[in-house]
Amino acid sequence: MIVVLDPGIGNLHSVLGGLRRVGREAVVISDKEAWDNLRNDADGPVQGVILPGVGAFGDAMTQLRLSGLVSVVEQVVTSRIPLLGICVGMQLLFKVSFEHGEHPGLALLPGRVVRFPATAKVPHMGWNDLTSVRSHHPLLQDVAIGDFVYFVHSYYVQADEASDVIAAASYGGIEVPAVVGRGLVYGTQFHPEKSGKVGETILRNFVRLTELERSEVSSPW
Amino acid sequence: MLTKRIIPCFDVLDGRVVKHVGFLNNRRDAGDPVALAQIYCDAGADELVLLDISASSEGRLATRKVVEEVAAKVNIPLTVGGGVSTVEDVRSLLLSGADKVSMNTGAFRNPRLIEESAHRFGEQCVVVAIDANLHAQMGTYEVMLQGGKVGTGSDAIAWAKRAAELGAGEILLTSFRQDGTRAGYDLELTSAIARAVNIPIIASGGAGAKEHFFDVLTEGMADAALAASVFHFAETSVRDVKSYLRERGVPVRWVE
Repeated sequence: MIVVLDPGIGNLHSVLGGLRRVGREAVVISDKEAWDNLRNDADGPVQGVILPGVGAFGDAMTQLRLSGLVSVVEQVVTSRIPLLGICVGMQLLFKVSFEHGEHPGLALLPGRVVRFPATAKVPHMGWNDLTSVRSHHPLLQDVAIGDFVYFVHSYYVQADEASDVIAAASYGGIEVPAVVGRGLVYGTQFHPEKSGKVGETILRNFVRLTELERSEVSSPW
Repeated sequence: MLTKRIIPCFDVLDGRVVKHVGFLNNRRDAGDPVALAQIYCDAGADELVLLDISASSEGRLATRKVVEEVAAKVNIPLTVGGGVSTVEDVRSLLLSGADKVSMNTGAFRNPRLIEESAHRFGEQCVVVAIDANLHAQMGTYEVMLQGGKVGTGSDAIAWAKRAAELGAGEILLTSFRQDGTRAGYDLELTSAIARAVNIPIIASGGAGAKEHFFDVLTEGMADAALAASVFHFAETSVRDVKSYLRERGVPVRWVE
């Protein structure tokens, strides 16, 4: 089973539609209680979790905290369940964001979220090509340099560890982390559910990762 | 490199796509929105825009259903507009599956709608549509409302700046002078607005041939070009336009 966390702001339609197009139905939960119920009497184990996100970083974190989803994410990570953050959902994986103030994030990955300088149009909106891709990474199988994906964001991640960035794009003279990954924690800054066939390939790769037995997923990545 | 976007637009009336034939309100059924959306998507459209032109609430409900069906089908971004005047309208369209919501008269009459929507749902999903017309006496561009029927006396450039400050993520700019002429986009208006704000501009109104797309995406400084009839009447296709742009060095997303 794949679970989509609903921080309460987002339109989950496109994420659910994207999963459906790659052949998976997902369960949406919006608080810890729903998660506990799922874990106790579900049809099967939770294999993967998606954290989508639109809206502001601070509001999303507040919502995650109030609904108990922060501790759900902690459980997801300690239970070694693959986690995929999308757009603001990817940014939430990092330590801190400077979107309208300073807000601590989930801190699963070291780095900060900062605004694009005004030398480029903000938001970075539209189809941009990937300028680097770690193509042996299981999330990026069949994804190549030059593939186009759909971005829409005004803030970007400055990762402390270059090895956490597994694909990047270029905008306004900045190398923008497009896909991040460490262990079983992944994120895409772009919207795979809106990125045509390339996006579907990435969603399919994530679904495949969730279907592996935990023991098969060692984490050299 | 960030590419220039080509965006087909559908007018949806009571759940069906309609084509405008000739002038004014002469409309013809153009078919099933879901099937058309899929065709444009496969042809390499970068986004789709659906404008709800229904007058009745039943018509609007029918359109909501179309939005849901199209959103479930396509794997590219979907913008929906038409009669949006409250934050609740925005929410409802987002819940129906729209990725962005376009607001026009509702935003002009109540600019707080932009601010509140941007705050609640994020700037990325707030598209402010501006219909502008060259004002003969003033020599400036005037904001027009209700599909060009009502003049406001307000300067379009000033309004675009204000919309961007309030949190618009993008401006959908239609030249009333060029709309329906198929004589090309309004390059002067588009570049004036593009210079005035630091958010993406979608140019609309006047596309009649692939050269027009090239002009507005280069000289006109637009980030994206929207067109309806030129695609619906198959005078040119998304693929032809993109191939023409690509040959001339304009960055586009190419779909095999």
